[in-house]
Amino acid sequence: MLPASRRMQHCLVIGENDMTAGVQVTLRDDAAAATGPAIAGEVIAVNGPVVRASCRMPIGMSEVVWVGEERMIGEVIGLRGDNATVQVYEDTTGLRPGAPLYASSLPLHAELGPGLLGHIFDGIMRPLEALAAQRGDFIGRGTHAPSLDRDKRWDFDPVLQPGTDVRGGEVLGRVRETATVEHRVLLAPDMQGTLAWVAQPGAYAVDEVIATVVASGGSREVRMFHRWPVRRARPVLLRHAPTVPLQTGQRVIDAFFPLARGGTAAIPGGFGTGKTVTQHNLAKWADADVIVYIGCGERGNEMTGVLTDLPRLEDPRTGRPLMERTVLIANTSNMPVAAREASIYTGITVAEYYRDMGYHVALMADSTSRWAEALREVAGRLEEMPAEEGFPAYLATRLAEFYERAGYVTTLSGAVGSVSVIGAVSPPGGDFTEPVTQHTKRFVRCFWGLDKELASARFFPAINCRDSYSEYAAGLDPWWQEQGVSDWGELRERGLALLGEDSKLQQIVRLVGEESLPDRERMTLEGAAVLREAFLQQNAFDAIDRHSTPQKQVLMLRAILHYIDRGLQLIERKTPLYRIKELPVRTDLMRMRLGIADSEVERLDALLATIDAQMDALAQE
Amino acid sequence: MKGGLQAGLEYRGVDGAQGPLLFLRGVRHVGFGELAEVRSPSGQLLHGRVLDVNEAAIVVEVFEGTAELSLQATTVRFLGHPLHVPVGREMLGRIFDAFGAPLDGAPKPIADDTRDVNGVTINPVCRAYPSDCIQTGISCIDGMNTLVRGQKLPIFSGSGLPHDRLAAQIVRQASIVGEEQGFGVVFAAIGVTHDVAEFFQRSFQESGASRNSVLFLNLADAPSVARLVAPRTALTMAEYLAFDLGMHVLVVLTDITNYCEALREVSTARGEVPSRKGYPGYLYSDLASLFERAGRIHGRPGSITQLPILTMPNDDITHPIPDVTGYITEGQLVLSRELNNRGVYPPVDVLPSLSRLMEDGIGEGRTRPDHSKLASQLYAAYAKTKEIERLASIIGNEELSELNRRYLQFGQRFERQFLSQGDFDNRSFEATLDLAWEVLRPLPDSELTRVTQEQIERYRR
Ligand SMILES: Nc1ncnc2c1ncn2[C@@H]1O[C@H](COP(=O)(O)OP(=O)(O)O)[C@@H](O)[C@H]1O
Ligand SMILES: [Mg+2]
Repeated sequence: MLPASRRMQHCLVIGENDMTAGVQVTLRDDAAAATGPAIAGEVIAVNGPVVRASCRMPIGMSEVVWVGEERMIGEVIGLRGDNATVQVYEDTTGLRPGAPLYASSLPLHAELGPGLLGHIFDGIMRPLEALAAQRGDFIGRGTHAPSLDRDKRWDFDPVLQPGTDVRGGEVLGRVRETATVEHRVLLAPDMQGTLAWVAQPGAYAVDEVIATVVASGGSREVRMFHRWPVRRARPVLLRHAPTVPLQTGQRVIDAFFPLARGGTAAIPGGFGTGKTVTQHNLAKWADADVIVYIGCGERGNEMTGVLTDLPRLEDPRTGRPLMERTVLIANTSNMPVAAREASIYTGITVAEYYRDMGYHVALMADSTSRWAEALREVAGRLEEMPAEEGFPAYLATRLAEFYERAGYVTTLSGAVGSVSVIGAVSPPGGDFTEPVTQHTKRFVRCFWGLDKELASARFFPAINCRDSYSEYAAGLDPWWQEQGVSDWGELRERGLALLGEDSKLQQIVRLVGEESLPDRERMTLEGAAVLREAFLQQNAFDAIDRHSTPQKQVLMLRAILHYIDRGLQLIERKTPLYRIKELPVRTDLMRMRLGIADSEVERLDALLATIDAQMDALAQE
Repeated sequence: MKGGLQAGLEYRGVDGAQGPLLFLRGVRHVGFGELAEVRSPSGQLLHGRVLDVNEAAIVVEVFEGTAELSLQATTVRFLGHPLHVPVGREMLGRIFDAFGAPLDGAPKPIADDTRDVNGVTINPVCRAYPSDCIQTGISCIDGMNTLVRGQKLPIFSGSGLPHDRLAAQIVRQASIVGEEQGFGVVFAAIGVTHDVAEFFQRSFQESGASRNSVLFLNLADAPSVARLVAPRTALTMAEYLAFDLGMHVLVVLTDITNYCEALREVSTARGEVPSRKGYPGYLYSDLASLFERAGRIHGRPGSITQLPILTMPNDDITHPIPDVTGYITEGQLVLSRELNNRGVYPPVDVLPSLSRLMEDGIGEGRTRPDHSKLASQLYAAYAKTKEIERLASIIGNEELSELNRRYLQFGQRFERQFLSQGDFDNRSFEATLDLAWEVLRPLPDSELTRVTQEQIERYRR
């Protein structure tokens, strides 16, 4: 047996050696398949997903291992002397001491190449469709399938000539992955050299050699995919401040609490307050090039819902099914808890990969609390010292690392791309003072707090405008100016101010009723009521209301504020409030979200004119 | 190792016992989660499950408890597989204990198979999204929280509230409009009293459902740790009926609170780090392993619809049991003590209630085109009514505006006409929706901003 110190040195550096040799890795897999991998040790203890083994071969931290005769997939999470602690990504029922442990020499990684979009994977990137084809309706143990289909052939179109010097992250060629997304075949980030040979344009499988690169260390083969360790952020050239909005089509978000491309947002709320529906809305309507949606420890039917909806819904920008720009990762609540922990990392690695092609990617994780609980469960079985509420002390660090992988960047190849991250948080009892919400708040810059009261009145999205904020808003103003919308910042501020005034007045109303306030203040209440009902509220299930273009949002907001301005003018001239509320145009305003489609915005200009006409008429009396 | 005479996989003598747990040292070749048969000194046969295996010891959780056991004279046999329970068509119409042994005095039925009580995980790509709405005949459910075939929809109740009556009425009246085939019923009593079990049994008999029902009883006086098994045995049977035999199955599990307490008992005995209120951190995953055993599968005709019942300790919906449940299930029906005290049956507090699958089960071609927006309108109006009631309690009814008084009228009608109905009042979707427009009558058109103008014209004659 090796002493512990030596064992620790045998760490896995997929980037340095194995990665550059994406080839060697594959060959080793093939060899392993022929002879079977070597037995590295044997199981000595089993406690749920946590297994301890005594090893007779060096094993690395974070190394993927196969456990038992069924070769269940696990990852080394601790080493002490000859003992390795492994978290197993499958159900360990029946696993016994003495069962073999096989080493893979690879860290937990994702296969990155064409064939991810439009598909659904489990937390450790096993393709769920392929598992179903192998095993039927139920997920069996020890089922292995590569993430990327080895039989599928892709039309590869090289973009570089032999003799070119190439660096990591460089685009070698193109593949039409789906009708909407062109896949850019990237040289693995830590490879470089001179391109010695490039394949002719033609159809290739992902594991065929499409180029060779010569460097001081010799010649290496390049394939259409490479592997990347999921717990390590992919490198970029430069990071920039996010200044371009990620348009989500959700009015309360885009207008009042906007997210920027490359930004981070958290959406906390008790059960039933609308976290999942909001996340689904973003997956459907956000103007990102690629969506990565992680169902982390939530319901099976919700993933089925996404799988049913996205292929049927049309991307408003391309007219193609939304599924073509989407990668789904599912570790539902009844799937093994350790894989729930991994799913967050596999998801963000996939997101970074498409970013590195120069795309704007949005990632949704529903719910990060389940991920934190998975951490807690494994930590508990390791008998680690708990900090707050049983969570391990490193919870905050892990959350920070995750959100830090978002960003607006210049990629290694010089392109511009981004990863925006939106994490749902499920606080126990809906109490935002709990550790996951609190720590998350430290690392995100957009906070959309959901409110139980609003949800119970079925006021959706139930985003509470008092608790929510966006630190991106100010930085986005120049972008709006460039679009020719000079009053965006002003509209936003006026809207927020109105809601602020309203919530102050509501405290009085709750005590004395509305009737006892002067008409001027009641007009403020009326204005806020219209803003809430006609603008903030947005029904995800209505074909018109579910999405609003930026242009439409601005026009709606202008119309509402205009109604309020004109109303206040009339009230100054002693027109009674009830007369204003009786104007037919008020009903038009209230119903515009259900009645006026994105393509009919000119009707909103007409609405503005109607407001004037009816107010003028009232003023004449 | 004391008296550790090893005979095959049978061991005589244990090294320790604490709460429901037994500790054995020097035992080999035993797998995690494996079934253990424990024989007490008096010859009684108990069942257990391996919770932990390590170099030092094996921990066995004994479902019937360890009260009768002595360290020296107890024998433990490991069976090499997890707990399996019988399933079969002939079990319909019968009553069993938590492990599937008959309790009704009749001979053991012929099992078609025995299955792992833990079930199997449905691959999410093989699930079929539930979208066939069930007509329960109960307005607050059908109109505002529509139940869908394949859904898991718990009743959050409190002690003394009529959750059993409501569950029995749902089971009695549940039907799919235009379909002949009814529902099979799988019932699991988890630590409830004999009376409760008998109430359901009688109700199934009276409605003629008993031929298609099967009961698994772990009553209040039965060993508490077996509460962890009863719902799994029931769900294993439900899966067989649904996915092997193609039946549509309603599963009633009562009371989940007792289940969670048994889970806490075992966790405490193991000395695990608790999370909230002493419940283990894995409460969520554990309950999910029950509740996710609902749904439909592509290409298989049957379905499993779950109606778990839980009593909220202190009527507190933020208590970990209802809280964790609400995070897993596809909505909840919340009962209100206040409505119950005012004689409203069913006393469903619609505001915190929710059916997450409603949206895809209703509307044009399923129920009626106005259903979704009308339900939303009822919620908005009722929430506003509650606010106005609070105001009225401060300033008095006389000081309310005309509009606010209309809201109060709506509230009255809503609770008395829409919400309230008899145990045998079975309303069609059509009747429920018409009634909804009817109770909204006191409100002027301009207040109905959740519905479209066309809907007002069409349905608000
Ligand atoms: N924007 C929305 N429009 C309409 N209904 C919504 C919207 N958001 C949420 N809902 C309703 O609220 C329910 C619960 O939302 P969900 O996102 O599942 O909650 P959570 O994930 O927070 O538990 C949904 O089933 C849906 O009926
Ligand atoms: Mg959710």
